[in-house]
Amino acid sequence: MKMEFEVRGMDFNRAGEAAAQIKKALQMVGMKIETIRKTVIVAYEAELNIVIHAHKGILSAVLLPDRVQITAADEGPGIADVSLALQEGYSTAPPHVREMGFGAGMGLPNIQRCSDKLDIESRPGYGTTVTAVIINRPGGE
Amino acid sequence: MQKYFHSVMLDTEKCKGCTNCIKYCPTEAIRVREGRAQIIEERCIDCGECIRICPNRAKLAVTDPLERLAEYKHTIALPAPSLYAQFGPRVKPGDILGALLDIGFDDYFEVAVGAEIISACLAKYLRDSDLPRPLISSACPAVVRLMQVRFPGLLEHIVLLDTPMEIAARLAREKAMQKLGLKDEEIGVFFITPCPAKVTAVKQPFGNRSYVDGAISMSIIYSDIKNALQSPSTIIRENRSPAAGVGWGKAGGENHAISEHWSLLAVDGIHSVINLLEEIERGGLSDIDYVEAQACTGGCIGGPLVPQNLFVSRVRMENLVKILHAEQEQLPPIKVDYDSCKLPGPIKPRPTLMLSEDINEAIKMLEQVEKITADLPGLDCGSCGSPSCRALAEDIVRGYGESSYCVFKLKEKLQILAREMVVLSQMKPPAMGRETLKDNQNKQ
Repeated sequence: MKMEFEVRGMDFNRAGEAAAQIKKALQMVGMKIETIRKTVIVAYEAELNIVIHAHKGILSAVLLPDRVQITAADEGPGIADVSLALQEGYSTAPPHVREMGFGAGMGLPNIQRCSDKLDIESRPGYGTTVTAVIINRPGGE
Repeated sequence: MQKYFHSVMLDTEKCKGCTNCIKYCPTEAIRVREGRAQIIEERCIDCGECIRICPNRAKLAVTDPLERLAEYKHTIALPAPSLYAQFGPRVKPGDILGALLDIGFDDYFEVAVGAEIISACLAKYLRDSDLPRPLISSACPAVVRLMQVRFPGLLEHIVLLDTPMEIAARLAREKAMQKLGLKDEEIGVFFITPCPAKVTAVKQPFGNRSYVDGAISMSIIYSDIKNALQSPSTIIRENRSPAAGVGWGKAGGENHAISEHWSLLAVDGIHSVINLLEEIERGGLSDIDYVEAQACTGGCIGGPLVPQNLFVSRVRMENLVKILHAEQEQLPPIKVDYDSCKLPGPIKPRPTLMLSEDINEAIKMLEQVEKITADLPGLDCGSCGSPSCRALAEDIVRGYGESSYCVFKLKEKLQILAREMVVLSQMKPPAMGRETLKDNQNKQ
Protein backbone atom coordinates (compact mmCIF):
# COMPACT_ATOMS: atom_id res chain seq x y z
CA MET A 1 0.00 0.00 0.00
CA LYS A 2 1.52 3.28 -1.12
CA MET A 3 0.33 6.86 -0.68
CA GLU A 4 1.84 9.83 -2.49
CA PHE A 5 1.58 13.56 -1.93
CA GLU A 6 2.94 16.44 -3.94
CA VAL A 7 4.61 19.05 -1.77
CA ARG A 8 5.44 22.54 -2.99
CA GLY A 9 8.26 24.74 -1.74
CA MET A 10 7.33 27.65 0.56
CA ASP A 11 3.74 26.42 0.89
CA PHE A 12 3.71 26.70 4.70
CA ASN A 13 -0.06 26.94 4.93
CA ARG A 14 -0.53 23.38 3.75
CA ALA A 15 2.46 21.85 5.53
CA GLY A 16 1.20 19.07 7.76
CA GLU A 17 -1.71 17.98 5.58
CA ALA A 18 0.13 15.02 4.12
CA ALA A 19 1.30 13.95 7.57
CA ALA A 20 -2.30 14.15 8.83
CA GLN A 21 -3.54 11.93 6.00
CA ILE A 22 -0.77 9.42 6.56
CA LYS A 23 -1.66 9.34 10.26
CA LYS A 24 -5.30 8.59 9.52
CA ALA A 25 -4.29 5.77 7.15
CA LEU A 26 -2.08 4.27 9.86
CA GLN A 27 -4.96 4.42 12.35
CA MET A 28 -7.26 2.76 9.84
CA VAL A 29 -4.95 -0.18 9.28
CA GLY A 30 -4.45 -0.52 13.02
CA MET A 31 -0.75 0.28 13.39
CA LYS A 32 0.54 0.49 16.97
CA ILE A 33 0.20 3.87 18.72
CA GLU A 34 3.98 4.18 19.06
CA THR A 35 4.45 3.53 15.31
CA ILE A 36 1.87 6.21 14.50
CA ARG A 37 3.44 8.68 16.91
CA LYS A 38 6.88 8.31 15.32
CA THR A 39 5.61 8.24 11.73
CA VAL A 40 3.67 11.49 12.15
CA ILE A 41 6.84 13.28 13.30
CA VAL A 42 8.98 11.75 10.53
CA ALA A 43 6.41 12.53 7.81
CA TYR A 44 5.84 16.07 9.03
CA GLU A 45 9.53 16.95 9.34
CA ALA A 46 10.25 15.42 5.92
CA GLU A 47 7.33 17.36 4.42
CA LEU A 48 8.55 20.54 6.07
CA ASN A 49 12.08 20.02 4.72
CA ILE A 50 10.68 20.07 1.19
CA VAL A 51 8.62 23.18 1.97
CA ILE A 52 11.61 25.05 3.45
CA HIS A 53 14.42 24.02 1.15
CA ALA A 54 13.14 22.66 -2.14
CA HIS A 55 11.29 23.86 -5.21
CA LYS A 56 8.98 20.86 -5.06
CA GLY A 57 8.94 17.22 -4.06
CA ILE A 58 6.99 14.05 -3.46
CA LEU A 59 6.27 12.67 -0.01
CA SER A 60 5.28 9.04 0.01
CA ALA A 61 4.36 6.46 2.58
CA VAL A 62 4.52 2.72 2.10
CA LEU A 63 2.44 0.76 4.61
CA LEU A 64 3.40 -2.81 5.38
CA PRO A 65 2.18 -4.93 8.30
CA ASP A 66 5.53 -4.77 10.09
CA ARG A 67 6.78 -1.31 9.09
CA VAL A 68 6.16 2.05 7.51
CA GLN A 69 8.52 3.62 5.02
CA ILE A 70 8.46 7.37 4.50
CA THR A 71 10.24 8.79 1.47
CA ALA A 72 10.69 12.45 0.68
CA ALA A 73 12.20 13.02 -2.77
CA ASP A 74 12.76 16.62 -3.73
CA GLU A 75 14.12 18.80 -6.47
CA GLY A 76 16.18 21.17 -4.41
CA PRO A 77 19.66 22.43 -3.62
CA GLY A 78 20.76 19.13 -2.10
CA ILE A 79 22.77 18.72 1.11
CA ALA A 80 26.50 19.37 0.86
CA ASP A 81 27.43 17.61 4.11
CA VAL A 82 24.86 15.07 5.35
CA SER A 83 26.59 14.35 8.68
CA LEU A 84 26.62 18.07 9.45
CA ALA A 85 22.92 18.33 8.57
CA LEU A 86 22.17 15.56 11.07
CA GLN A 87 23.61 17.61 13.93
CA GLU A 88 21.07 19.26 16.19
CA GLY A 89 20.79 22.97 15.59
CA TYR A 90 22.59 22.99 12.26
CA SER A 91 20.42 24.77 9.71
CA THR A 92 20.72 26.33 6.30
CA ALA A 93 17.20 27.76 6.40
CA PRO A 94 17.04 31.40 5.24
CA PRO A 95 16.36 34.09 7.90
CA HIS A 96 12.76 34.76 6.78
CA VAL A 97 11.92 31.09 7.33
CA ARG A 98 13.49 31.15 10.78
CA GLU A 99 11.50 34.22 11.64
CA MET A 100 8.38 32.13 11.02
CA GLY A 101 9.57 29.72 13.71
CA PHE A 102 10.76 27.02 11.30
CA GLY A 103 14.25 25.87 10.34
CA ALA A 104 15.70 25.47 13.83
CA GLY A 105 17.97 22.67 12.66
CA MET A 106 15.92 19.94 14.35
CA GLY A 107 14.23 18.42 11.29
CA LEU A 108 16.69 15.73 10.29
CA PRO A 109 17.76 14.98 13.89
CA ASN A 110 14.07 14.48 14.77
CA ILE A 111 13.62 12.19 11.78
CA GLN A 112 16.67 10.22 12.85
CA ARG A 113 15.43 9.97 16.44
CA CYS A 114 12.02 8.66 15.39
CA SER A 115 13.07 6.21 12.67
CA ASP A 116 14.64 2.78 12.89
CA LYS A 117 16.53 3.14 9.63
CA LEU A 118 17.44 6.33 7.83
CA ASP A 119 18.97 6.80 4.43
CA ILE A 120 19.81 10.18 2.92
CA GLU A 121 20.86 10.42 -0.69
CA SER A 122 21.76 13.84 -1.94
CA ARG A 123 23.22 15.36 -5.07
CA PRO A 124 24.06 19.02 -4.55
CA GLY A 125 22.36 21.10 -7.20
CA TYR A 126 19.80 18.39 -8.04
CA GLY A 127 17.97 17.24 -4.96
CA THR A 128 17.67 15.02 -1.93
CA THR A 129 15.88 11.77 -1.17
CA VAL A 130 15.28 10.94 2.47
CA THR A 131 14.07 7.41 3.23
CA ALA A 132 13.07 6.53 6.76
CA VAL A 133 11.76 3.22 8.08
CA ILE A 134 9.67 2.92 11.23
CA ILE A 135 9.20 -0.63 12.54
CA ASN A 136 5.69 -1.50 13.75
CA ARG A 137 6.64 -3.25 16.97
CA PRO A 138 4.07 -5.60 18.53
CA GLY A 139 4.48 -4.06 21.99
CA GLY A 140 4.15 -0.47 20.82
CA GLU A 141 0.76 0.32 22.34
CA MET B 1 -26.39 -4.20 25.46
CA GLN B 2 -25.20 -0.76 24.49
CA LYS B 3 -21.44 -0.50 24.82
CA TYR B 4 -21.36 3.25 25.33
CA PHE B 5 -23.82 5.55 27.03
CA HIS B 6 -24.64 8.66 25.02
CA SER B 7 -26.42 11.79 26.06
CA VAL B 8 -26.69 13.00 22.47
CA MET B 9 -29.61 11.30 20.75
CA LEU B 10 -31.75 11.68 17.66
CA ASP B 11 -35.43 12.54 17.57
CA THR B 12 -36.40 10.45 14.55
CA GLU B 13 -39.74 12.27 14.24
CA LYS B 14 -38.03 15.61 13.70
CA CYS B 15 -35.08 14.47 11.56
CA LYS B 16 -35.62 15.27 7.90
CA GLY B 17 -32.48 13.54 6.73
CA CYS B 18 -30.77 16.79 5.75
CA THR B 19 -27.01 16.48 5.87
CA ASN B 20 -26.05 19.45 8.03
CA CYS B 21 -24.95 17.43 11.05
CA ILE B 22 -22.77 14.90 9.24
CA LYS B 23 -20.46 17.61 7.95
CA TYR B 24 -19.86 19.26 11.33
CA CYS B 25 -19.24 16.15 13.39
CA PRO B 26 -15.58 16.19 14.48
CA THR B 27 -15.33 12.40 14.57
CA GLU B 28 -17.39 11.65 11.43
CA ALA B 29 -19.81 9.78 13.66
CA ILE B 30 -23.05 10.51 11.80
CA ARG B 31 -24.50 9.05 8.60
CA VAL B 32 -27.84 9.65 6.93
CA ARG B 33 -29.48 6.37 5.96
CA GLU B 34 -33.08 5.82 4.89
CA GLY B 35 -33.77 9.50 5.28
CA ARG B 36 -32.68 9.72 8.93
CA ALA B 37 -29.47 10.56 10.72
CA GLN B 38 -27.78 7.68 12.51
CA ILE B 39 -25.10 8.11 15.16
CA ILE B 40 -22.21 5.65 15.13
CA GLU B 41 -22.06 4.87 18.82
CA GLU B 42 -18.36 4.05 19.12
CA ARG B 43 -17.30 7.31 17.53
CA CYS B 44 -19.66 9.80 19.18
CA ILE B 45 -17.92 11.92 21.82
CA ASP B 46 -21.09 13.77 22.96
CA CYS B 47 -19.64 17.18 22.13
CA GLY B 48 -23.05 18.42 21.02
CA GLU B 49 -21.91 20.10 17.79
CA CYS B 50 -24.80 18.39 15.99
CA ILE B 51 -27.27 19.81 18.53
CA ARG B 52 -26.09 23.29 17.64
CA ILE B 53 -26.15 22.80 13.88
CA CYS B 54 -29.42 20.86 13.41
CA PRO B 55 -31.99 23.20 11.79
CA ASN B 56 -34.85 20.89 12.77
CA ARG B 57 -33.93 20.51 16.43
CA ALA B 58 -33.79 16.77 15.90
CA LYS B 59 -30.61 16.27 17.94
CA LEU B 60 -31.13 16.38 21.65
CA ALA B 61 -29.28 15.80 24.87
CA VAL B 62 -30.81 13.31 27.26
CA THR B 63 -30.50 14.75 30.75
CA ASP B 64 -32.10 13.91 34.08
CA PRO B 65 -35.49 15.42 34.96
CA LEU B 66 -36.02 17.28 38.25
CA GLU B 67 -38.44 14.52 39.27
CA ARG B 68 -35.44 12.33 39.99
CA LEU B 69 -34.86 14.31 43.18
CA ALA B 70 -37.71 12.29 44.72
CA GLU B 71 -35.57 9.13 44.53
CA TYR B 72 -33.27 10.35 47.30
CA LYS B 73 -33.65 11.24 50.96
CA HIS B 74 -31.16 14.10 50.68
CA THR B 75 -30.40 15.96 47.45
CA ILE B 76 -27.47 18.22 46.65
CA ALA B 77 -27.21 20.59 43.68
CA LEU B 78 -23.83 21.10 42.05
CA PRO B 79 -24.01 24.31 40.05
CA ALA B 80 -21.41 24.51 37.26
CA PRO B 81 -19.50 27.82 37.34
CA SER B 82 -21.08 28.69 33.97
CA LEU B 83 -24.51 28.86 35.69
CA TYR B 84 -23.48 32.08 37.47
CA ALA B 85 -23.10 33.84 34.10
CA GLN B 86 -26.66 33.16 32.92
CA PHE B 87 -28.39 35.96 34.82
CA GLY B 88 -28.36 39.73 34.99
CA PRO B 89 -25.71 41.78 36.81
CA ARG B 90 -27.75 42.04 40.03
CA VAL B 91 -28.01 38.26 40.51
CA LYS B 92 -25.12 37.02 42.64
CA PRO B 93 -24.04 33.41 43.33
CA GLY B 94 -25.74 33.57 46.74
CA ASP B 95 -29.08 34.33 45.07
CA ILE B 96 -28.72 31.42 42.64
CA LEU B 97 -27.82 29.02 45.46
CA GLY B 98 -30.89 30.22 47.36
CA ALA B 99 -33.02 29.62 44.28
CA LEU B 100 -31.72 26.06 43.97
CA LEU B 101 -32.88 25.32 47.54
CA ASP B 102 -36.25 26.91 46.76
CA ILE B 103 -36.65 24.62 43.74
CA GLY B 104 -36.32 21.59 46.00
CA PHE B 105 -32.70 20.72 46.61
CA ASP B 106 -31.77 20.11 50.26
CA ASP B 107 -28.27 21.49 49.89
CA TYR B 108 -25.72 22.70 47.34
CA PHE B 109 -22.00 22.48 46.77
CA GLU B 110 -20.34 24.87 44.35
CA VAL B 111 -18.35 23.21 41.55
CA ALA B 112 -16.27 26.42 41.61
CA VAL B 113 -14.89 25.14 44.94
CA GLY B 114 -13.88 21.89 43.21
CA ALA B 115 -12.21 24.01 40.54
CA GLU B 116 -10.36 25.96 43.22
CA ILE B 117 -9.02 22.69 44.64
CA ILE B 118 -8.04 21.31 41.22
CA SER B 119 -6.28 24.59 40.40
CA ALA B 120 -4.10 24.10 43.49
CA CYS B 121 -3.47 20.44 42.49
CA LEU B 122 -2.52 21.49 38.95
CA ALA B 123 0.20 23.80 40.25
CA LYS B 124 1.70 20.87 42.17
CA TYR B 125 1.23 18.53 39.21
CA LEU B 126 3.08 20.94 36.91
CA ARG B 127 5.95 21.12 39.39
CA ASP B 128 6.27 17.39 40.01
CA SER B 129 5.19 15.61 36.86
CA ASP B 130 7.69 14.18 34.42
CA LEU B 131 4.98 13.43 31.85
CA PRO B 132 5.62 14.61 28.28
CA ARG B 133 4.95 18.33 27.70
CA PRO B 134 2.64 19.95 27.09
CA LEU B 135 0.32 18.50 29.71
CA ILE B 136 -3.30 18.57 28.60
CA SER B 137 -6.28 19.35 30.85
CA SER B 138 -8.69 16.55 31.75
CA ALA B 139 -11.54 18.94 32.55
CA CYS B 140 -13.51 18.84 29.30
CA PRO B 141 -14.85 15.32 28.79
CA ALA B 142 -15.58 15.93 25.09
CA VAL B 143 -11.91 16.77 24.50
CA VAL B 144 -10.77 13.69 26.44
CA ARG B 145 -13.07 11.46 24.39
CA LEU B 146 -11.96 13.19 21.17
CA MET B 147 -8.43 12.21 22.10
CA GLN B 148 -9.47 8.61 22.85
CA VAL B 149 -10.91 8.34 19.34
CA ARG B 150 -8.64 10.51 17.19
CA PHE B 151 -5.46 11.19 19.20
CA PRO B 152 -4.68 8.03 21.21
CA GLY B 153 -0.97 8.84 21.00
CA LEU B 154 -1.52 11.98 23.07
CA LEU B 155 -3.46 10.37 25.93
CA GLU B 156 -0.30 10.19 28.02
CA HIS B 157 -0.23 14.01 28.03
CA ILE B 158 -3.51 14.24 29.94
CA VAL B 159 -3.19 15.25 33.58
CA LEU B 160 -4.52 12.41 35.68
CA LEU B 161 -6.57 14.58 37.98
CA ASP B 162 -10.30 14.32 38.48
CA THR B 163 -12.63 17.05 37.27
CA PRO B 164 -13.90 19.89 39.51
CA MET B 165 -17.38 18.34 39.20
CA GLU B 166 -16.23 15.00 40.64
CA ILE B 167 -14.21 16.64 43.43
CA ALA B 168 -17.19 18.80 44.40
CA ALA B 169 -19.51 15.79 44.32
CA ARG B 170 -17.24 13.68 46.50
CA LEU B 171 -16.78 16.44 49.08
CA ALA B 172 -20.51 17.21 49.12
CA ARG B 173 -21.29 13.55 49.67
CA GLU B 174 -18.71 13.15 52.44
CA LYS B 175 -20.04 16.27 54.16
CA ALA B 176 -23.63 14.99 54.05
CA MET B 177 -22.59 11.58 55.35
CA GLN B 178 -20.62 13.05 58.25
CA LYS B 179 -22.93 15.89 59.27
CA LEU B 180 -26.28 14.19 58.75
CA GLY B 181 -25.28 10.57 59.27
CA LEU B 182 -26.73 9.57 55.91
CA LYS B 183 -25.84 6.49 53.90
CA ASP B 184 -24.17 6.87 50.51
CA GLU B 185 -27.22 5.63 48.61
CA GLU B 186 -29.57 8.02 50.42
CA ILE B 187 -27.77 11.02 48.92
CA GLY B 188 -28.57 12.27 45.41
CA VAL B 189 -25.97 14.58 43.89
CA PHE B 190 -27.08 16.45 40.75
CA PHE B 191 -24.85 18.49 38.47
CA ILE B 192 -26.42 21.48 36.72
CA THR B 193 -24.83 20.94 33.34
CA PRO B 194 -24.02 23.23 30.40
CA CYS B 195 -23.35 20.29 28.02
CA PRO B 196 -24.19 16.70 27.09
CA ALA B 197 -20.53 15.65 27.45
CA LYS B 198 -20.79 16.06 31.22
CA VAL B 199 -23.95 13.96 31.31
CA THR B 200 -22.03 11.15 29.66
CA ALA B 201 -19.09 11.72 32.03
CA VAL B 202 -21.52 11.07 34.92
CA LYS B 203 -23.02 7.91 33.42
CA GLN B 204 -19.73 6.62 32.04
CA PRO B 205 -16.92 8.13 34.16
CA PHE B 206 -13.21 8.08 33.36
CA GLY B 207 -12.46 7.06 36.96
CA ASN B 208 -13.81 4.02 38.80
CA ARG B 209 -17.08 5.64 39.79
CA SER B 210 -18.86 8.94 39.51
CA TYR B 211 -19.90 10.65 42.73
CA VAL B 212 -22.64 12.39 40.75
CA ASP B 213 -26.04 10.69 40.45
CA GLY B 214 -27.54 12.75 37.67
CA ALA B 215 -27.13 15.77 35.45
CA ILE B 216 -29.83 18.36 34.92
CA SER B 217 -29.73 20.54 31.83
CA MET B 218 -29.06 24.19 32.55
CA SER B 219 -31.57 25.29 29.94
CA ILE B 220 -34.30 23.13 31.50
CA ILE B 221 -33.78 24.33 35.08
CA TYR B 222 -33.26 27.94 33.93
CA SER B 223 -36.90 29.00 34.11
CA ASP B 224 -37.32 27.37 37.54
CA ILE B 225 -34.35 29.36 38.82
CA LYS B 226 -35.68 32.55 37.25
CA ASN B 227 -39.04 32.04 38.95
CA ALA B 228 -37.43 31.19 42.27
CA LEU B 229 -35.33 34.36 42.08
CA GLN B 230 -38.59 36.34 42.00
CA SER B 231 -40.12 34.33 44.83
CA PRO B 232 -40.23 35.83 48.35
CA SER B 233 -39.35 32.43 49.85
CA THR B 234 -35.93 32.51 48.22
CA ILE B 235 -33.26 33.95 50.49
CA ILE B 236 -29.63 34.70 49.75
CA ARG B 237 -27.45 31.80 50.83
CA GLU B 238 -23.93 31.58 52.06
CA ASN B 239 -21.47 31.13 49.25
CA ARG B 240 -17.74 30.70 48.89
CA SER B 241 -17.58 31.32 45.13
CA PRO B 242 -13.81 31.64 44.75
CA ALA B 243 -12.98 33.98 41.87
CA ALA B 244 -10.43 31.57 40.38
CA GLY B 245 -12.86 28.65 40.52
CA VAL B 246 -15.79 30.59 39.08
CA GLY B 247 -13.55 31.74 36.23
CA TRP B 248 -13.20 28.11 35.07
CA GLY B 249 -16.62 28.58 33.45
CA LYS B 250 -15.11 30.47 30.56
CA ALA B 251 -12.22 29.83 28.18
CA GLY B 252 -8.90 30.87 29.69
CA GLY B 253 -10.22 30.73 33.25
CA GLU B 254 -8.54 27.45 34.05
CA ASN B 255 -5.12 28.79 33.03
CA HIS B 256 -5.79 32.01 34.89
CA ALA B 257 -6.33 30.02 38.08
CA ILE B 258 -2.93 28.32 37.81
CA SER B 259 0.07 30.31 38.96
CA GLU B 260 1.43 32.55 36.25
CA HIS B 261 5.04 31.50 35.86
CA TRP B 262 4.18 28.55 33.62
CA SER B 263 3.78 28.70 29.86
CA LEU B 264 0.04 28.11 29.51
CA LEU B 265 -2.00 27.79 26.34
CA ALA B 266 -5.80 27.99 26.12
CA VAL B 267 -7.73 26.70 23.11
CA ASP B 268 -11.50 26.54 22.67
CA GLY B 269 -13.87 25.31 19.97
CA ILE B 270 -13.61 21.66 18.94
CA HIS B 271 -12.17 22.29 15.48
CA SER B 272 -9.48 24.61 16.89
CA VAL B 273 -8.73 21.97 19.52
CA ILE B 274 -8.22 19.40 16.74
CA ASN B 275 -5.78 21.70 14.93
CA LEU B 276 -3.82 22.26 18.10
CA LEU B 277 -3.71 18.55 19.01
CA GLU B 278 -2.38 17.84 15.51
CA GLU B 279 0.40 20.30 16.14
CA ILE B 280 1.31 18.62 19.44
CA GLU B 281 1.25 15.28 17.65
CA ARG B 282 3.75 16.55 15.08
CA GLY B 283 6.17 17.18 17.93
CA GLY B 284 5.58 20.90 18.31
CA LEU B 285 4.72 22.90 21.43
CA SER B 286 7.05 21.12 23.85
CA ASP B 287 7.84 24.62 25.15
CA ILE B 288 4.26 24.84 26.46
CA ASP B 289 3.69 23.43 29.96
CA TYR B 290 -0.07 23.12 30.00
CA VAL B 291 -2.94 23.20 27.53
CA GLU B 292 -6.44 24.11 28.62
CA ALA B 293 -8.62 22.70 25.84
CA GLN B 294 -12.38 23.16 25.71
CA ALA B 295 -14.68 21.70 23.08
CA CYS B 296 -17.08 24.64 23.14
CA THR B 297 -16.20 28.04 21.76
CA GLY B 298 -15.94 30.37 24.73
CA GLY B 299 -15.59 27.46 27.17
CA CYS B 300 -18.46 26.06 29.29
CA ILE B 301 -20.48 29.28 28.96
CA GLY B 302 -20.67 28.35 25.26
CA GLY B 303 -22.08 24.89 26.00
CA PRO B 304 -24.95 23.52 23.88
CA LEU B 305 -27.28 23.49 26.92
CA VAL B 306 -26.78 27.02 28.24
CA PRO B 307 -29.70 29.43 27.84
CA GLN B 308 -27.79 32.72 27.59
CA ASN B 309 -25.93 34.10 24.58
CA LEU B 310 -22.23 33.33 24.85
CA PHE B 311 -21.03 36.90 24.42
CA VAL B 312 -23.44 38.22 27.01
CA SER B 313 -22.51 35.55 29.53
CA ARG B 314 -18.83 36.20 28.90
CA VAL B 315 -19.11 39.80 30.04
CA ARG B 316 -21.33 38.76 32.96
CA MET B 317 -18.72 36.26 34.08
CA GLU B 318 -15.81 38.68 33.67
CA ASN B 319 -17.61 41.27 35.78
CA LEU B 320 -18.56 38.72 38.42
CA VAL B 321 -15.00 37.41 38.67
CA LYS B 322 -13.76 40.98 39.24
CA ILE B 323 -16.21 41.48 42.10
CA LEU B 324 -15.41 38.08 43.64
CA HIS B 325 -11.72 38.78 43.33
CA ALA B 326 -12.12 41.96 45.37
CA GLU B 327 -13.99 40.02 48.08
CA GLN B 328 -11.47 37.17 48.02
CA GLU B 329 -9.42 38.51 50.98
CA GLN B 330 -12.04 37.30 53.45
CA LEU B 331 -12.07 33.67 52.24
CA PRO B 332 -10.43 31.11 54.52
CA PRO B 333 -7.80 28.99 52.70
CA ILE B 334 -9.17 25.80 51.17
CA LYS B 335 -7.96 22.37 52.32
CA VAL B 336 -6.44 20.42 49.44
CA ASP B 337 -5.85 16.68 49.62
CA TYR B 338 -3.80 16.19 46.47
CA ASP B 339 -3.78 12.39 46.42
CA SER B 340 -7.54 12.06 46.64
CA CYS B 341 -7.89 14.18 43.48
CA LYS B 342 -5.90 11.83 41.27
CA LEU B 343 -7.52 9.61 38.65
CA PRO B 344 -6.99 5.90 39.39
CA GLY B 345 -5.30 5.10 36.07
CA PRO B 346 -4.47 6.29 32.57
CA ILE B 347 -7.16 7.09 30.00
CA LYS B 348 -7.46 4.24 27.51
CA PRO B 349 -7.72 4.68 23.73
CA ARG B 350 -10.91 3.92 21.84
CA PRO B 351 -9.72 2.66 18.46
CA THR B 352 -12.77 3.03 16.24
CA LEU B 353 -11.14 3.86 12.93
CA MET B 354 -9.60 0.44 12.30
CA LEU B 355 -10.86 -1.26 9.13
CA SER B 356 -10.08 -4.77 10.32
CA GLU B 357 -8.50 -6.53 13.30
CA ASP B 358 -6.11 -8.22 10.86
CA ILE B 359 -3.51 -5.76 9.62
CA ASN B 360 -2.96 -7.54 6.28
CA GLU B 361 -6.68 -7.42 5.60
CA ALA B 362 -6.86 -3.79 6.78
CA ILE B 363 -4.10 -2.73 4.38
CA LYS B 364 -5.96 -4.40 1.49
CA MET B 365 -9.14 -2.61 2.52
CA LEU B 366 -7.33 0.73 2.72
CA GLU B 367 -6.06 0.19 -0.83
CA GLN B 368 -9.67 -0.25 -1.92
CA VAL B 369 -10.65 2.92 -0.04
CA GLU B 370 -7.98 4.86 -1.94
CA LYS B 371 -9.14 3.41 -5.27
CA ILE B 372 -12.80 4.17 -4.65
CA THR B 373 -11.99 7.68 -3.37
CA ALA B 374 -10.07 8.47 -6.56
CA ASP B 375 -13.10 7.38 -8.58
CA LEU B 376 -15.62 9.52 -6.66
CA PRO B 377 -16.22 13.15 -7.74
CA GLY B 378 -14.49 14.68 -4.69
CA LEU B 379 -17.16 17.32 -4.17
CA ASP B 380 -17.96 16.19 -0.62
CA CYS B 381 -21.60 17.19 -1.18
CA GLY B 382 -22.93 14.84 1.48
CA SER B 383 -25.94 13.70 -0.58
CA CYS B 384 -24.84 10.11 -0.14
CA GLY B 385 -25.33 10.49 3.61
CA SER B 386 -21.62 10.26 4.39
CA PRO B 387 -19.66 13.38 5.40
CA SER B 388 -17.22 13.28 2.46
CA CYS B 389 -16.38 11.27 -0.65
CA ARG B 390 -13.56 9.66 1.28
CA ALA B 391 -15.89 8.74 4.12
CA LEU B 392 -18.27 7.14 1.60
CA ALA B 393 -15.35 5.13 0.20
CA GLU B 394 -14.59 3.95 3.74
CA ASP B 395 -18.25 3.11 4.29
CA ILE B 396 -18.38 1.10 1.05
CA VAL B 397 -15.30 -0.91 2.07
CA ARG B 398 -16.72 -1.45 5.58
CA GLY B 399 -19.99 -2.63 4.02
CA TYR B 400 -22.07 0.35 5.18
CA GLY B 401 -22.56 1.89 1.74
CA GLU B 402 -22.67 1.40 -2.01
CA SER B 403 -21.23 3.43 -4.85
CA SER B 404 -24.77 4.05 -6.12
CA TYR B 405 -25.31 6.24 -3.00
CA CYS B 406 -23.30 8.87 -4.91
CA VAL B 407 -25.77 10.90 -6.98
CA PHE B 408 -23.08 11.72 -9.54
CA LYS B 409 -22.17 8.07 -9.97
CA LEU B 410 -25.85 7.24 -10.28
CA LYS B 411 -26.31 9.88 -12.96
CA GLU B 412 -23.26 8.59 -14.82
CA LYS B 413 -24.70 5.09 -14.79
CA LEU B 414 -28.05 6.37 -16.01
CA GLN B 415 -26.39 8.20 -18.90
CA ILE B 416 -24.53 5.05 -19.96
CA LEU B 417 -27.75 3.09 -19.66
CA ALA B 418 -29.67 5.69 -21.69
CA ARG B 419 -27.07 5.58 -24.46
CA GLU B 420 -27.19 1.80 -24.50
CA MET B 421 -30.98 1.93 -24.76
CA VAL B 422 -30.77 4.17 -27.85
CA VAL B 423 -28.30 1.80 -29.49
CA LEU B 424 -30.41 -1.22 -28.53
CA SER B 425 -33.58 0.37 -29.87
CA GLN B 426 -31.98 0.83 -33.30
CA MET B 427 -30.88 -2.79 -33.58
CA LYS B 428 -33.20 -5.12 -35.55
CA PRO B 429 -33.27 -8.90 -35.42
CA PRO B 430 -32.99 -10.50 -38.97
CA ALA B 431 -36.66 -11.46 -39.06
CA MET B 432 -37.62 -7.79 -38.79
CA GLY B 433 -35.59 -6.54 -41.80
CA ARG B 434 -38.25 -6.84 -44.57
CA GLU B 435 -40.10 -3.72 -45.68
CA THR B 436 -43.86 -4.19 -45.76
CA LEU B 437 -46.15 -3.40 -48.71
CA LYS B 438 -47.67 -0.52 -46.80
CA ASP B 439 -44.22 1.05 -46.25
CA ASN B 440 -43.47 0.84 -49.98
CA GLN B 441 -46.76 2.52 -50.86
CA ASN B 442 -46.03 5.34 -48.44
CA LYS B 443 -42.64 5.91 -50.00
CA GLN B 444 -44.17 6.22 -53.45
